[in-house]
Amino acid sequence: MPDTARAQLTRAWTATEPLLAVHDLKMWFPITSGIMQRTVAHVHAVDGVDLEIMKGETLGLVGESGCGKSTLGRTVMRLYDPTAGTIRFKGEDITNLRGEALRSKRREMAMIFQDPYASLDPRQTVGDIVGEPIDIHGLAKGKERQDRIYDLLNVVGMNPQFADRYPHEFSGGQRQRIGIARALAVEPTFIVCDEPISALDVSIQAQIINLLERLQSKFDLTYLFIAHDLSVVKHISNRIAVMYLGKIMETAPGQQLYRRPRHPYTGSLLSAIPIPDPLIERARERVILQGDVASPVNPPSGCRFRTRCPRARPHCAEEEPPLESFGSQHLAACFYPLD
Amino acid sequence: MPETLLEVEDLHTVFATKDGNVKAVDGVSFHLDAGETLGIVGESGCGKSVTALSVMRLQRPGKIVSGKVMFKGRDLTKISEGEMRDVRGQEIAMIFQDPMTSLNPVFRTGWQVGEPLRLHRGVDSVRALAGAVTMLGRVGIPSPAERAKNYPHQFSGGMRQRAMIAMGLTTTPQVLIADEPTTALDVTIQAQILDVLRSVNREFGTATILITHNLGVVAGMCERTMVMYAGKVVESGPTADVFAHPKHPYTWSLLRSIPRLDAERHEPLKPIEGLPPNLIELPKGCAFHPRCPFKIERCSRDTPVLNRIGETQMAACWVTQAGTELKERA
Repeated sequence: MPDTARAQLTRAWTATEPLLAVHDLKMWFPITSGIMQRTVAHVHAVDGVDLEIMKGETLGLVGESGCGKSTLGRTVMRLYDPTAGTIRFKGEDITNLRGEALRSKRREMAMIFQDPYASLDPRQTVGDIVGEPIDIHGLAKGKERQDRIYDLLNVVGMNPQFADRYPHEFSGGQRQRIGIARALAVEPTFIVCDEPISALDVSIQAQIINLLERLQSKFDLTYLFIAHDLSVVKHISNRIAVMYLGKIMETAPGQQLYRRPRHPYTGSLLSAIPIPDPLIERARERVILQGDVASPVNPPSGCRFRTRCPRARPHCAEEEPPLESFGSQHLAACFYPLD
Repeated sequence: MPETLLEVEDLHTVFATKDGNVKAVDGVSFHLDAGETLGIVGESGCGKSVTALSVMRLQRPGKIVSGKVMFKGRDLTKISEGEMRDVRGQEIAMIFQDPMTSLNPVFRTGWQVGEPLRLHRGVDSVRALAGAVTMLGRVGIPSPAERAKNYPHQFSGGMRQRAMIAMGLTTTPQVLIADEPTTALDVTIQAQILDVLRSVNREFGTATILITHNLGVVAGMCERTMVMYAGKVVESGPTADVFAHPKHPYTWSLLRSIPRLDAERHEPLKPIEGLPPNLIELPKGCAFHPRCPFKIERCSRDTPVLNRIGETQMAACWVTQAGTELKERA
């Protein structure tokens, strides 16, 4: 990010410090080959990301599969050791924290996963799943622990008597509630929601979205909400960041992003999303992108989107466009932005 | 009056499980006219895919226990397996959700795309390959002659789905059944594939059955829409009417529960309470009644049948059949 845009961001947000601030974050994964497992190349999953999330805010992170959005979520949780860059949580640099220091930081952060089937241990009871974070952080014991588990199940709309049952007895939506109860067990301030509703039936998705919104206002939570479904992200988020091949292409408040996208990728992403209204849907003009996402092993030079961009010019291959300000809280990385 | 190509009458498909029989398709009737696009929507387990598989007679281990699938004067549930193979190869093509597993990894893509021509039209390999290359070009694969030499793993997800569509179209079938063709794909790739399906429908006049859980996809693609719940058709009609004034509480609730990209203000979503039904022990009466905000006493007693409501729509609902309009309760 150029200094001008950065300065503008900080100016607009001086009321409070960002809860989470990520600067030039990179997460590369090695590709190894041969019996010596020599590293021959890297997957540039997250490749220089700047982000700030304010307390109580929901930042939506959208992008197509393989764009690095989940890796970004996991890296800020410090489930990976970042390749480069810094992660600040409540002003403290947590990029290189280890051991006990990292563990105590993790009390303030939690994660909700996409797959409610794979993310719950089938051999643990619901009570033990929800109680595990309480045990790990030594938050409560005995009756107090039990009461806390019951409270948590209540809060997510589950009958506390289910504490003795096993995950396989529950449907996808109920399992996701269990996963949310587990995330809340440490009383976090910040939760990374990684595609929390994509695996659920359409009629169940709204229940979980409403639950997440209710919990946010009840416990003053801050969310990083990762999803590929822009309609859902726009509904739940204050601001949206659009990611493509490891980079943030555009950030803006949801309504602004929808009404006036400046990055051509955002524009085509928006036009690709079907709206459940036949009259509107048939009258819409579509920008259908050609081709597929380029490889994150050898990302294109300059702007990463240029290989599919309808507005690309020679300059786009030579230089990487920086994120620049397009008004309050609106940033986009494009040399030839949409009007 | 357009010609009716396919007519399904009171189809029942059952899966025997150790916990009991699952009536995956429970008395489904519908028709498909020449050249039209019909959308079948519903959540997982509602029977939409099994309906399509039963039409193709690919429902095994499920069993078609009764009903008819009339196609050009023949009942597809009655004809021999050999005849059915010819129908599948040249008259009704089907593409599936997962383009990763639908192609054989050990044969070149062009060879596979040309297979229906070789098997069903008796075309020699050289001409079948030429036909495959032409069709790959028509569905938007760049430099098709080169790409036909590639193996499926060298194709991306969107390209494989294009190849599947091309394979289905080589013999210019009259009906194309697309079962969640874009669910495994990213939105920008989904837009490409839907565009291919639209142009196929326009250029070849192929009647299409599009099965999806995505109401937005149906809104943009289909002239008529059929909504399924727990193995039954609960509503059908012209897409514009079904979306503008749904006649079944399930359709009504579903439309209001999904966030819309073009929403102007942030309002809480209105979810459908409860859970999708257990197909082994369906509730008595209407399967949706435990979740229905409009239910009346009769709904838990008698199973409603699909009946005409208004000029264009059909719904299986006691409430709307009695003339009640579905409106927000204050």
